[in-house]
Amino acid sequence: MDVLQTTLSNGLKVLLKEIHTTPIISHWLWVRVGSRDETPGITGVSHWVEHMQFKGTPNFPAGKLDKDISRDGGYWNAMTYIDWTAYFETMPANKIDLALRLEADRLVNSIFKPEEVASERTVIISERQGNENNPMFLLDEDVQTAAFVSHPYKHEVIGTLADLQSMTRDDLYNHYKKFYTPNNAVLAIAGDFDSNVMLARIQELYGVFPSGPAPTRVANEEPEPAEERRVVTKGPGETTFVRAAYRSLRATDPDFFALSVADSLLAGPSNLNIFSGGISNKTSRLYQRLVENELAVSVSGGLQATIDPYLYDLTITVHPSKKAEDVIGPLDEEIARLQDSPPKPAELARAVKQAQALFAYGSESITNQAFWLGFAEIFETYNWFLSYLERLEAVTPEQVQQAAQKYLRQERRVLGVYQPDGRPTEGDE
Amino acid sequence: MSAVTSPPKQKLPLSSIPGADDITRVELSNGIVVLARENPNSQAVTLRGYLIAGSLFDPEEKLGLADFVASALMRGTAKREFRAIYDSLESIGASFGFSGGTHTAGFGGRSLSEDLPLLLDILSEGLRRPTFPTAQVERLRAQLLTGLALRTQDTRDMASLIFDELVYRDHPYARAEEGHPHTVGAITVDDLVDFHRRIYGPRGMVLAVVGGIDASKAVDEVRAALEDWQNPEQPPVPRLPEWEPLADRVNKRHAIPGKSQSDLIIGTAGPARSAPDYMAANLGNNILGHFGLMGRIGDVVREQAGLAYYAYSNLGGGSGPGPWAVAAGVNPANEEKATELIFKELARFTGELVTEEELADCQSNFIGSMPLSLETNGGVTEALLNVERHNLGLDYYRQFPAEIKAITREQIRDAAARYLPNDKMAVAIAGPRRLET
Repeated sequence: MDVLQTTLSNGLKVLLKEIHTTPIISHWLWVRVGSRDETPGITGVSHWVEHMQFKGTPNFPAGKLDKDISRDGGYWNAMTYIDWTAYFETMPANKIDLALRLEADRLVNSIFKPEEVASERTVIISERQGNENNPMFLLDEDVQTAAFVSHPYKHEVIGTLADLQSMTRDDLYNHYKKFYTPNNAVLAIAGDFDSNVMLARIQELYGVFPSGPAPTRVANEEPEPAEERRVVTKGPGETTFVRAAYRSLRATDPDFFALSVADSLLAGPSNLNIFSGGISNKTSRLYQRLVENELAVSVSGGLQATIDPYLYDLTITVHPSKKAEDVIGPLDEEIARLQDSPPKPAELARAVKQAQALFAYGSESITNQAFWLGFAEIFETYNWFLSYLERLEAVTPEQVQQAAQKYLRQERRVLGVYQPDGRPTEGDE
Repeated sequence: MSAVTSPPKQKLPLSSIPGADDITRVELSNGIVVLARENPNSQAVTLRGYLIAGSLFDPEEKLGLADFVASALMRGTAKREFRAIYDSLESIGASFGFSGGTHTAGFGGRSLSEDLPLLLDILSEGLRRPTFPTAQVERLRAQLLTGLALRTQDTRDMASLIFDELVYRDHPYARAEEGHPHTVGAITVDDLVDFHRRIYGPRGMVLAVVGGIDASKAVDEVRAALEDWQNPEQPPVPRLPEWEPLADRVNKRHAIPGKSQSDLIIGTAGPARSAPDYMAANLGNNILGHFGLMGRIGDVVREQAGLAYYAYSNLGGGSGPGPWAVAAGVNPANEEKATELIFKELARFTGELVTEEELADCQSNFIGSMPLSLETNGGVTEALLNVERHNLGLDYYRQFPAEIKAITREQIRDAAARYLPNDKMAVAIAGPRRLET
């Protein structure tokens, strides 16, 4: 199952993968824009632009495009992250032309009507307020803010409330015009089609758009962290959470794979698939140390593939009879253990087997395969995905130890605690 | 003697929708029904199923018991301790777990195809020889209690909890299957042992295996693992009492200090999956709160009024009269406005015929999206379990387009009017205190 890769003369990168097991096609358009491209005053603009992409073009007015997709039995969605914005449709194979026409059209023709901007403002604020109901969002926002001095990774993708209240229609439209160009996008399609026929159709639809100027990016220099920072978030509830967020590394860094193995040993494998669940982590070192000793009720780790060094986080739900301080010492001891001695080869073999299984699960879904086709292009190339398992297998115990020594140092982290504020928790009205 | 229907041996085109000729269905001598379908394009296998051991068996003062038992089955068995169970799974990248439900306890997992015998061994051990070690039970209890503490802080969960209490009152569906802190706190190890001994048994159990394994081989492996399981004490399936419709509109608002958003649920009980008008209600629900961007409700509440990030409707449609309700997350200042808009839409939905275009759109959506739901091993497994649980027949997914096309606008209006009487609905809201807004 080879992948056809090409770049149109206007700069649009295209990747096509034929999969003929079932009559489905998944179509993904990736735009190289996310919260890393935002400045104070317009935080959240990339995500809001993504919402506006559902508000219509002259050819597909608001309310028509979603109905057209639904009518054909497809499902679709869009996502905005720190590095990227992605739009996908998964459709019966014989209906894919609708997705092709629709995405090509809204790459350049969205209207951003002022009244639609106004009504979406309250929708997005409502989305943010829904997030604020969740203690982990509140903690995450504080940790992220403390973790960076100047890099735009310091704010949440959804943006600050103040910016969501003040941003104008022109802020949104200018952002759209600046970043939504063929040369700043990746089109990735997987499923039941003939690549040559598909490419001809893409040429017809996208080839007519001129390329835009290469977007100027926010200067995202960020000093290496010099000392541990601690934050305490107070809020409602009875449950204490601890999040240790270490400055991590670019996905292109050769150490990425050694740190992936370290993550797998400490907290179970991070699942990079987004359309396929993960596996449990009850034999991981931190689960065994913290949960089996009744200091915590759960622990999880998260390593993400990003353009700039982001955060590797360990999140712990503290046992109801314990305090945050009770888990921090043992957490540090487990990390020190990995820094002090290389893991056993059998532990590495297990991490590789887990990754192999996650890949097998992820390949069941054509949507997930199409996701990978474009996702890896954002921070490297599709080859990153193809060589992932091989590079993971090549990691040595010493490299894991060195990655722990280099990246999991206390001065590289923010230690955040969500502390219940002790107010009464609930009541009928 | 086992009843066996088995398709002829051949590699089938995978584009085909599952049907009687490519699903293997076997009833083991102890009553377990096994469904299997091969997916030769997959290197992995999904195993899922259920047995009759849900919270309907829970005593009031120990609500959460069935859920606790299901969660505890992998905390240790006669053959393996907790760590050994998870070591065997995680070292090969497999996953497996049990979960509680109202009517049934569920189980499910997946592995690379060659590891199916391990999944079945873990399943069989958990079902037949759990040991409920005290230390593990206490660890689990702390996890369950933490989950319940987080529930009290979750506006969606709390709105759903009070919605069920308002709509179902004395009916078992009023009860939260995960229990409450005082009921979960009251459950002893002996309760777990006793529940498992009395309730867990093979009769009524259904299990589906889908993936890169020959279907008859999968059945043989299930047979080897589970056919000798017996429980003479296993009780009959509990009878679900009739649900009494609401007499009036009922409201309840629950305050959770410090929250930013309110969640509201408006609705009542809908049809069971077995009701003759279920599919008309289901199509209608799609028009009401799903199609496009959350249907008519999404259009009015989100797109036009900008009141909510999410606003949609949902039809439960399980073994009994599950909820049929509209849910939305709104700014606390907009609770009344959103409620008004939703009732207005519900009145239109129950009083007027949907348009011909709406019906055609939704029929096309149901028929077109069905193959997409069968893309993965997990999707096919769910389809097989759905067919068995609701007695739909092995060719159900092949006959599905005809069933959908036969639904009329009048049937939808009648179902809407029958199940969603505007003056007999519940309004449940959870959000910050009014003073805070």
